[in-house]
Amino acid sequence: MNYLEVFQLAAPEAALTLTVLLVLAVDLITLRGESIERRFQTGALVSIIGCLMAVIFTFTHYGRTDPLHGLLVVDPLANFLKLVLLILTIFTMLISVSEKFTEHVGEYLALVLLGTIGLMLLVSAEDLLMIFISLELASLSLYILTAFNKRNARSSEAALKYFLFGGMSAAFLLFGFSLLYGLSGSTHLPEIAGALKGRGLDPLLLVAIVTTVIGFGFKVAAVPFHLWAPDAYEGAPTPSAAFIASGSKVASFYILAKILTLGFAGAEGSAVWHGYVPGWTPVIAVVAALSMVLGNLTAIVQSSVKRLLAYSAIAHAGYMLLGVLANTPSSRSALLFYVITYALTVLGAFGVVTVVEEATGGDALANFAGLSRRAPGLSLCLLVFLLSLAGIPPLAGFIGKFFVFSAAAGANAGHLGLLWLVILAILMSAVSFYYYLQVLKQAYVLDAPENAPAIKVPPATMFALVLLAVLVVLLGIAPGLLLSHL
Amino acid sequence: MLAWTIYISFIGVLVLMLLPREAARAARIIALLTAIAGCVAAFAGAVQQPNPGEVTTIVKIPWIPAIGASYYLAADGISLVLVVLTGLAAVAGILFSWNIEKRTKEFFAFYLALIGGVYGVFLSFDVLLLFVFYELTIIPKYFLIARWGSTRKEYGAMKLALYSFVGSHLVLIGLIAAWVVARAQTGHATLDLMALSRVSFPLGFQHWVFPLVFVGFGILAGLWPFHTWAPTGHVAAPTAGSMLLAGVVMKLGAYGCLRVAMVLFPDGVRMWQNEIAALAVIGIIYGAGAALVQKDFKFVIGYSSVSHMGFVLLGLATLNTIGLSGAVLQMFSHGIIAGLLFAVVGRMVYDRTHTRDFKDLQTMQLGRLLPFAGVTFVLAGVASMGLPGFSGFVAELQVLMGAWKVFPVATILSGLGIIIGVAYILRAVQKAFYSDAGPGESGHDHPLEPISVPERIGAVMLIAASLVIGLFPGLLLNWIQPCLNSPLSMFARLLNGGGL
Repeated sequence: MNYLEVFQLAAPEAALTLTVLLVLAVDLITLRGESIERRFQTGALVSIIGCLMAVIFTFTHYGRTDPLHGLLVVDPLANFLKLVLLILTIFTMLISVSEKFTEHVGEYLALVLLGTIGLMLLVSAEDLLMIFISLELASLSLYILTAFNKRNARSSEAALKYFLFGGMSAAFLLFGFSLLYGLSGSTHLPEIAGALKGRGLDPLLLVAIVTTVIGFGFKVAAVPFHLWAPDAYEGAPTPSAAFIASGSKVASFYILAKILTLGFAGAEGSAVWHGYVPGWTPVIAVVAALSMVLGNLTAIVQSSVKRLLAYSAIAHAGYMLLGVLANTPSSRSALLFYVITYALTVLGAFGVVTVVEEATGGDALANFAGLSRRAPGLSLCLLVFLLSLAGIPPLAGFIGKFFVFSAAAGANAGHLGLLWLVILAILMSAVSFYYYLQVLKQAYVLDAPENAPAIKVPPATMFALVLLAVLVVLLGIAPGLLLSHL
Repeated sequence: MLAWTIYISFIGVLVLMLLPREAARAARIIALLTAIAGCVAAFAGAVQQPNPGEVTTIVKIPWIPAIGASYYLAADGISLVLVVLTGLAAVAGILFSWNIEKRTKEFFAFYLALIGGVYGVFLSFDVLLLFVFYELTIIPKYFLIARWGSTRKEYGAMKLALYSFVGSHLVLIGLIAAWVVARAQTGHATLDLMALSRVSFPLGFQHWVFPLVFVGFGILAGLWPFHTWAPTGHVAAPTAGSMLLAGVVMKLGAYGCLRVAMVLFPDGVRMWQNEIAALAVIGIIYGAGAALVQKDFKFVIGYSSVSHMGFVLLGLATLNTIGLSGAVLQMFSHGIIAGLLFAVVGRMVYDRTHTRDFKDLQTMQLGRLLPFAGVTFVLAGVASMGLPGFSGFVAELQVLMGAWKVFPVATILSGLGIIIGVAYILRAVQKAFYSDAGPGESGHDHPLEPISVPERIGAVMLIAASLVIGLFPGLLLNWIQPCLNSPLSMFARLLNGGGL
């Protein structure tokens, strides 16, 4: 195995890395005197072309290759997830092009791309060290992206909070990983599982499980490790928040499920009602239940739409954890279907918020009043995104929920042991309908303030939003399009 | 042909969305044509149906093979009855909302989306597909009420939306559980209603899952004590909204109870039969009693819907052929009559007088000012009381005959409900139209706008429908009864004792 072969395997990531340099160079050398808008457009164009190159490279490998012993595993699923991450990045670029929050355009775009590279490496990793390094690459980019609005004190506050919490979670994760290495003598997930097999659940392993869950709990913003999320979502520039909520979620959930099901195979325990056995599933069950309840109930009282989306993201993390918990062959595809459609939907929702914020100066509920008159197309997109988040059929969010819930309920061959969690999830999802409807009520029922002008939506953003809305509808009507790849 | 009822409605929605904002008149006409086309498709499809006793597949293609869901539309006699009802109610509702001036095209777009969803529920024989259409109706209902309604519209709309959503989520819990158990038992995943209806679910499972699904659907059917959305929702809704709510949306709930909850869990029904009958009778008497003391004209009709839907639920609880066919007939009959009553109250009276308070209406002598409205209300009223010759009579009689065999006491008590029903209708007729109170100081000086042509057509259409079915109930019973009697039908286990 020589470097050239490694380079070929990592072609998508390599292409993106070159794009990062190119974006920085183009912005620095040729666009110094131009307006921010123009710099954003050119930079985004270069980045999107880079992403499309990377997309092409993801199609070049078929079959599973693992030449570096878990450091870089390329298989069809990982490639598909990389494709999804790249598409999400492209959409993030499209909704950022009309932003004016920063003069450091090149750096901003470069950091989004660096974050994407981190996430792409993450989905290819089956080795604890590689997982940690790529997670940090992604996280550090996200911290800076959160702080990018220098004119807004809340942006810096949010970033500091996010960074401190994130740093702590990294410490927990590393501690858990070191215990795992100590227990098994390896950093390679399948080898760890092999070494742990038959060991039973000793206290050390339990500590490793708990710290790993804590570490990832921060990443996916699950209760009780969620405290950074509302502030980060609210304070961060909206496109950064969209990226945190979409791309980073997809990769984090994939890798969390991989570590738990692959690395901790044999230490599942059981979260069945009246059939509790210690292991990682009861831990996840508790975190999932707390996230669903707290996220949904807190979202009800929010008046800022970005905070509302943050709490709803916490609730959705709870539903997704059910998919992790089910731990059957079909539950993994259910989980990924849910996470991917959620990412597309939430990206769209943040895209709409970006436009409204730009036009009305805020993201409070009242700023959405009369949106259906001021921007009918935008408002229709918002309707699709929020109804999908609420789980109204035939949108993708509903099908995702049905997949995940039925996978969790059917996890142990008809015994319905996890049904208590499914019931909780379904009832909480009924609660969530209320707050999504609050936003839609502003847009469709209430009238805009007197003489409010029509809202102009930048064409690139509108293009991205319509495409996302179409995808959300299409994946609801024909989920097979996505499901067949997972 | 029948499937086109769904497609036509949604095509209508798309066409309306593309219209320019100002084209109110075009929007009305397009909506009316769409509804008529849907109604014609419903009738034509129903007449062409070769054998109403059997489930005739319209289209069946795999949708999500991984979980066994298919796009499966089909119809048997019971579906036909309700599809035809939906067609009639849809056309009538548009005729009675001809005067909508505010955001006309959006109003009709939501309206047709609701209708399309309702057709879809009645024609789906895949449980997931049925659920999809069922939930699809919630959003248009919410916006129709919140945007175009009256009295406390946002409250009424939110209450209705949340009740529907909670109800459908109870159903979802039951469906997922049933899907898991059926998969474990038969070895393959399916959501086909016919296949699931052949699965014998364990008795302990049916014992808890049946009430969950039944109540989930029953909420929308006005099952006491979960009926409280109905009066507020009906009152808050615009005329066409209340017509559809009472006319077809409440039927969605009752249809779900019958087609999903009872067919899938026949032993569960038997375990809970008495409780359902008790709730139904309480609903009949409570609804009628509450209707008797209302000060608001529209609340009278709102509560009367709860009472009449009680008969549907009582009919379902009898578990014999005559009771069940009475229940289905009552769904049709109440859909027509309640639609008409709401049309009189909401469109003919309230849109002209801008009040629904009996105290004000008493002084207006509407019987003289709006003779057509008065006569229509009297006709609809006697139909609602169950006078022979109108559809309500045949339907409620069958329900009572069915109930007499199983619950004699409950039958007598619901007879009491019928008597109160006569009382509240007479009271409403007297107070609203034929009061002697004479013009008070708040007397109306400006003449009321005369009853328009669309209103007259709509009223005549609905009265005629109720009369035709009242005089020739065989028209519908020939569709309903073969479904119930056939030993091969999905209802056979329900009616013949099943495994208990």
